[in-house]
Amino acid sequence: MSARRRAGALLVLLGLAVLALTLPAAAQDAAKEPAYRAFPLLGSRLAVWAIAQLHLNFAAFILGVPIFAVIIEIIGWRTRDARYDWLSHEFVKLTFAAFSTTALLGALLLFLFAGYYPKFWTYMSSIFFPTYGIYAALFFAETFTVYLWYYGWDWLSGPRKGIHVALGVLSNLFGTAILLVANSWVTFMISPAGITESGALKGSVWAAINNYTWMPINIHRLIANIVFGGTIAAAYAAFRFLGATSDEERARYDWMGYIGNFVALSAFIVLPFAGYYLGREIYAFNQTMGITMMGGFMSWLWIIQAILIGVLFLGSNYYLWLGMERIPGSERYRRYVPMMIGILAFGFMVWATPRSMVITLDEARAMGGTHHPVLGFLGVMSAKNTAVNMMILTTFLSFVLYRRANRISTRSWAGAGMLIQWAALVAAAVVVIFYGVYGYFVESLVRIGFSVYQVMAVLGAIVVVMAIDIPMFRGARSTGAIRWGTIAPRSQYVLIILAVTFTWLMGLMGFARSGIRQHWHVYGVMVDKSVDAATPAIGYAANVITVVTIVFFALVMFIFWLGGLSDRGQAGAHGHAPAPLIAGGSDEQA
Amino acid sequence: MNVLRSRFTQAVLLLVLAFAIFKFGIRPPAPWSVLTLYMAIVFLATIVYVSSDSDSWREFLGPLRTTVMDPGKRPLRIALGIVIPVLLGYYAYTQAAAKPQAPPELRAVHPAPPASIQFRGKEITIAGVENPLRKDTASLGKHVAAGGEIYIKNCVYCHGDNLDGKGMFAYGFNPPPANFEDPGTIAMLQEAFLFWRIVKGGPGLPKESTPWNSVMPAWEDRLTEEQIWQVIMYLYAATNQQPRRWESSH
Repeated sequence: MSARRRAGALLVLLGLAVLALTLPAAAQDAAKEPAYRAFPLLGSRLAVWAIAQLHLNFAAFILGVPIFAVIIEIIGWRTRDARYDWLSHEFVKLTFAAFSTTALLGALLLFLFAGYYPKFWTYMSSIFFPTYGIYAALFFAETFTVYLWYYGWDWLSGPRKGIHVALGVLSNLFGTAILLVANSWVTFMISPAGITESGALKGSVWAAINNYTWMPINIHRLIANIVFGGTIAAAYAAFRFLGATSDEERARYDWMGYIGNFVALSAFIVLPFAGYYLGREIYAFNQTMGITMMGGFMSWLWIIQAILIGVLFLGSNYYLWLGMERIPGSERYRRYVPMMIGILAFGFMVWATPRSMVITLDEARAMGGTHHPVLGFLGVMSAKNTAVNMMILTTFLSFVLYRRANRISTRSWAGAGMLIQWAALVAAAVVVIFYGVYGYFVESLVRIGFSVYQVMAVLGAIVVVMAIDIPMFRGARSTGAIRWGTIAPRSQYVLIILAVTFTWLMGLMGFARSGIRQHWHVYGVMVDKSVDAATPAIGYAANVITVVTIVFFALVMFIFWLGGLSDRGQAGAHGHAPAPLIAGGSDEQA
Repeated sequence: MNVLRSRFTQAVLLLVLAFAIFKFGIRPPAPWSVLTLYMAIVFLATIVYVSSDSDSWREFLGPLRTTVMDPGKRPLRIALGIVIPVLLGYYAYTQAAAKPQAPPELRAVHPAPPASIQFRGKEITIAGVENPLRKDTASLGKHVAAGGEIYIKNCVYCHGDNLDGKGMFAYGFNPPPANFEDPGTIAMLQEAFLFWRIVKGGPGLPKESTPWNSVMPAWEDRLTEEQIWQVIMYLYAATNQQPRRWESSH
């Protein structure tokens, strides 16, 4: 064998040896599941983010609407007023149309997690596997209960109405339970509990479920879902109002829009308190996370939040003031409007004043530092808590004035009652402002406690005013019927703006809640090692949320349009009773 | 005064008044970004005010409608057709034209501290930690005096004699050094936060929210752990402020 041949044979042998050594390793690698896969074009994070947000929007809607739909049904059942029964049915119809889309998006999200984040999904399953069965069972239970509730509307009417209402209550209980289960997964990622240092489950899964942020998020999301459901239902009514071809139809959807907005507003008033509780719990769990959220790189998101919430407050009040135009007798309350606008605008300015301002170097030098010596005082929580509490009180006053717009109390004690009501509102405002100012003279830890007194003062005033208002206006003299359907069309655009603003806000704050984990899938336990591990910039996040919001509304419009097809040409869809006449209104208000 | 009764005039006056208050009533002057934000809110509130009932809205739109529709207002329309685009163009120019100054940036209020840091090979917990020198109540004055000396030797050049961030080097920096007299700075923070900031300085700031543009040096190689706690005590004593206490956590 020539030297050349020997060298060739040696090379072949060497090649075979290398193959023999590397093939099993390659085969092993192929068998090993990768930690991440790349979603084509968009990337895995964006795909999961968009679908998760869309799923959450739909889920919030289908969980929020039935809560007030059943309450409205109960009102209709007890007062024997067919309008409320029709309205409740309309609301459930909206939910029903969005039900399958929610489930489809949920399934898609699951596929994305399992396919593109397999290691993360395996870890989550190692902790929460027992809850998957519960979730599926609850989903089936809720689906069938809602089916029965919707399709059995006429079958379970009359003497069997109680059973029907019970089905509505039951579907809400199942829906809320689903929310609680899903929240346990999300909150575990923020504030993991019940695990060993290596991340394995220590004992029962309950400890992982009942983690530090679970209950605050449960409360916050439950209330927010009602607000969200109310605003979307009101936007739907506004859409129908603007396209209405008869006075009767316009009146009906004007009323529906009012109820939707009323529901949203009622829940919205307490939402900031729930949000504050959640924020405090995040701080208490981990100060670093809290600072990242409120003072660190997420801090500008709170300025955007303040602007959006300012729009929500101003918009909700504006809608009520426009609505008063269709109420004879409301003219006497018009003089309060400029004062209320003043308080809301001032509160809005205070809330939106950033602590660390966008400044040029010259401006910084003129200010003597990065913080403005005067406006800087408006950038801290003392000022912001005071502003939001004053805005809540003002919004409540707007509602009270609207409520009594066409009614004059016939009670002998009405004068004294109103005096006490005004005193309660003024006292609450004094307490709120006093603690707001006093907060600047005490240390941070004491100041944080003041927010509780402010909240209690506002809630106390609301309770006192309503406790007097309800008996005071029972059997009141009417100054005229509400002229439903005559509201200015611009009010309907306000309802649509409120729904869009709230959806956008939900997406942005969802990003804040999720983004504070930074480069962790599960905070402090499982590091995000994917190519998308960096937390996106706020501008990028805002663009993503904007696109998701547009897609959500496009889907909602399509689904509602589909839902409306069955109504065409027939007054009562699904055999349900025809819509009652609302034009001409009634002396009673919702 | 019929003109003053017009809703349109009222709205314009309201906007002008608000601008005058924000521009000239706030001292030192409010930054342009805040002024714009406030004016946007006032504009929104004004529109809500004039359109919150139909009569008022009709009255407000009256002059606008007349200007657009009335044949007798053609000269005014032509004038506005020239003036408005010129003003918008001028505004666009002022925003786009290159300036000698660096453009303003969004800045985070304060960075999030890590749970613990390495200090000369030793791990020091930041979350929940108190200034250890405060336990030694008998020597508080001594520590504050020592802290003052350290401050004068090392910090005064940027943070100033009066701890107001106006040291002799301060004018070369953007953003300016922290003003400790401002109740919104150290009074809002736990001493452990200051410890971290002094030890790690600008280079130790977290990656998020970059660029921080901080020229604060990392003092871990120049000062001892005790010296850093001492200077922190001095900062609070000299500005008559109290450090923030830790909340009880889960």
